[in-house]
Amino acid sequence: MKMPEPDAQTLARRDEIVAAMHAFVPGEGVISDETGMAVYESDGLTAYRQLPMIVVLPETVAQVSAIMRYCNENAVKIVPRGAGTSLSGGALPAADAITLGLGKFNRVLEVDYENRCAVVQPGVTNLGITHAVEADGFYYAPDPSSQIACTIGGNVAENSGGVHCLKYGLTTNNILGIEMVLPDGEILRLGGKHMDSEGYDLLGVMTGSEGLLGVITEVTVRILPKPTAARALMIGFESSTAGGQCVADIIGAGIIPGGMEMMDRPAIKAAEAFVQVGYPLNVEALLLVELDGPPVEVDYLIGRVREIADGLGAVSIRVSESEDERNQFWAGRKAAFPAIGRLTPDYYCMDGTIPRHRLPEVLERMSVLSEKYGLGVANVFHAGDGNLHPLIMYDANKPGELDRAENFGSDILRLCVEVGGVLTGEHGVGVEKRDLMSEVFTEDDLKQQQRVKCAFDPNQLLNPGKVFPTLHRCAELGRMHIHRGKMPFPDIPRF
Amino acid sequence: MVETLKPETSEQVVEAIAWATGEEAPVEILGTGTKRGFGRPMGDGNRLIGHAVDLSGLSGITLYEPEELVLSAWAGTPLAEIEAAVAEKGQMLAFEPPRFARLYGGEGGTLGGMIACNLAGPRRPKAGSARDHILGIEAVTGRGELVKSGGRVVKNVTGYDLSKLLTGSFGTLAALTQITIKVLPAAETEETILVSDMDDAAAVDLMSAALNSSNEVSGAAHLPSGTGAVPGPVTAFRIEGFAPSVAARGDTLRDLVGGHGGVSTLDREGSRSLWASVRDVDGMAAETAETGETGDDDMPLWRLSVTPNRAADIVSAVLATVPGTVQYDWAGGLIWFQAETDADGTGHAAIRSILAAHGGGHATLVRASEDVRRTVDVFEPQPAPLAALSARVKESFDPRHILNPGRMYSGV
Repeated sequence: MKMPEPDAQTLARRDEIVAAMHAFVPGEGVISDETGMAVYESDGLTAYRQLPMIVVLPETVAQVSAIMRYCNENAVKIVPRGAGTSLSGGALPAADAITLGLGKFNRVLEVDYENRCAVVQPGVTNLGITHAVEADGFYYAPDPSSQIACTIGGNVAENSGGVHCLKYGLTTNNILGIEMVLPDGEILRLGGKHMDSEGYDLLGVMTGSEGLLGVITEVTVRILPKPTAARALMIGFESSTAGGQCVADIIGAGIIPGGMEMMDRPAIKAAEAFVQVGYPLNVEALLLVELDGPPVEVDYLIGRVREIADGLGAVSIRVSESEDERNQFWAGRKAAFPAIGRLTPDYYCMDGTIPRHRLPEVLERMSVLSEKYGLGVANVFHAGDGNLHPLIMYDANKPGELDRAENFGSDILRLCVEVGGVLTGEHGVGVEKRDLMSEVFTEDDLKQQQRVKCAFDPNQLLNPGKVFPTLHRCAELGRMHIHRGKMPFPDIPRF
Repeated sequence: MVETLKPETSEQVVEAIAWATGEEAPVEILGTGTKRGFGRPMGDGNRLIGHAVDLSGLSGITLYEPEELVLSAWAGTPLAEIEAAVAEKGQMLAFEPPRFARLYGGEGGTLGGMIACNLAGPRRPKAGSARDHILGIEAVTGRGELVKSGGRVVKNVTGYDLSKLLTGSFGTLAALTQITIKVLPAAETEETILVSDMDDAAAVDLMSAALNSSNEVSGAAHLPSGTGAVPGPVTAFRIEGFAPSVAARGDTLRDLVGGHGGVSTLDREGSRSLWASVRDVDGMAAETAETGETGDDDMPLWRLSVTPNRAADIVSAVLATVPGTVQYDWAGGLIWFQAETDADGTGHAAIRSILAAHGGGHATLVRASEDVRRTVDVFEPQPAPLAALSARVKESFDPRHILNPGRMYSGV
């Protein structure tokens, strides 16, 4: 992966920039020594490392605004960062850029139950929001698996999902407003406590924009009353086709489960060896289905799902009879990544989304690829929404294996696109999938996205080298080629 | 002479817009034109709208996979056709799009028009609006380029979410050609619990309590003027889902609301017809519509998106300034206000400052005479930095201001 060449002029001015940062942010908020910056050199995608030029940790919106304005005026690049849990290199530093850490924005500012929302700073963790409201019977629905550590600001930047998003939506469906700072230092508010925001849906664009458009300094999230009951089924099938059919039939019956996850045989085996919760080892696909809501509804739907699974010849069906048992069912799925980690020195987690009914075919072709590359792969799958997480097992210490793993991963993502899916369901493009964007988008598509980037960040200083495979200057993107001519209409019907 | 072009393929839309761009001839983008009264009269300085691009010829469902919860269709497909197709498979558009056409004395409307206006009905607090259900889009920008965004899968963070940006952009950024949306299973059954004779403040409080309970209320509206059947104030709570669940939640919700007024229950049919009427704001429909109800077309009709628990205070302040009638939906988050006076719309400043003083939000002038819509901001005016950003976004799609210029904001 090639990152943009660091700008020599910026690097030459480093001392001057450090001094400027000290004027904006007092004391320990500016880190410029190599040891201090080392912890920021990578994010959750640890294959890529780069020391930042400077790390700045502001505490107030005014500081963020002043830093951004200075950087805009002095052509200094900025890489925004939350907890650094990105799996796509979204927070990977650049050698000539300031890493702007929002970790000190860690307060819950307001909980407003009457309007079912909370106003929080971007450095509050995803789980921290739920912790702030759960005593009163509420929770924040999106639950990415890094929720203990990942921050809401990062969740907005990546449009994070999680196990519950089939029923409760992604981050974009669960936020009402943000406060943000544009690259020129201007502070904006989008949305608020009201539900519909008029004008262009800039909140929608900001969500999932991977830190390329602005720095988020406050988020208003929706909170929901916690469902009164939840129970899970653990269903084993002889084939992924049968498992996939079960998912289709559940949804076909009008049931939208709170969570619906599938694992393939290698993932089941690894998880069971790790946590020993009684996963069946004689099946090709294990389906976990969680129903939540009022107890009457949960019990009724458990019965319906069991009937569907029985009808499809499920090899084993277990229904949780207690909270302990429900948590046990999930323990294996939640530990899938570390469980795979025990089997292999390194693994590479992919994140494609496919139309669900193509799953058996995709798994089949993936196992062919696995043989071709000589690397094992295990699959966990957000079955309800088609989001697939293949875990490619490799050993970085063996020459050439990392390259092979990356090529294998790229082929999997191309396969996802070929069957009608996309490169990334929830981990983001970042640096990791940047060069695959043209598999999905035409040159015109990508240029229009970059024009939107230019509307926010005309000097292209925010999170450089991410998302877009080819850089274009904003002036170049704005040019228009005009073809004057006659009204083109012999072909177009008129009245 | 104004020409209406009716392309039948995306390529023809590209051709038409590329031509308009070359000529710097602004065009009106429309489907069946049922919501033409929604927005500012178009025009951009001295340039008049020369021609119209009618997308109703781009029609038909191109993909519908009920088990994948996904549907794609051409933008000009009648909304009724889409709703009929999904209903046949026991599914629905969960955001419950209202029939805005009726506010302007028409019927019908297209998928593209509904997306361009980002409509949402009573299920909004639970299910979101059109923008929450759009998965992918294909559109022709004012640069005459066909671009796509999103896809056909629910979980997708590949590139910026331009589908959401185009949703609610009133045709000012691009002409939509194809749209992919998420569909959901329709509820097996529903019922509605009515509480009579509550004043607005008590109703807003009770709606908040109901939404905060674990009863999964999927509609909470307060009708101060009652319904056709009930003359006095009525507050309505809807519960949807599987029959055993609806019955159980109905019981607990009746316990919760009991003691606040007379309680009665509407069965499935009664519930459906009540919420269709709340969704379409029947009480404020245009006089020419065949709804049997009448509104006062000459007076401004406002739609206020507000902080839900401030709704009753906002309404009492507004009514003290401009007399009129109101309907509360979204547990207070949406207020419809039909003015009885104020034909020239001068009340807009007072209405907007009342909103600003009560937690903010948006006041949209949904219906008024063309003269009023020319002089009074139809959409909530934006603070300068936001307006400047919106203008740059417009510029990025439509640098020559060819598409529906001025429909949302002057100069955009």
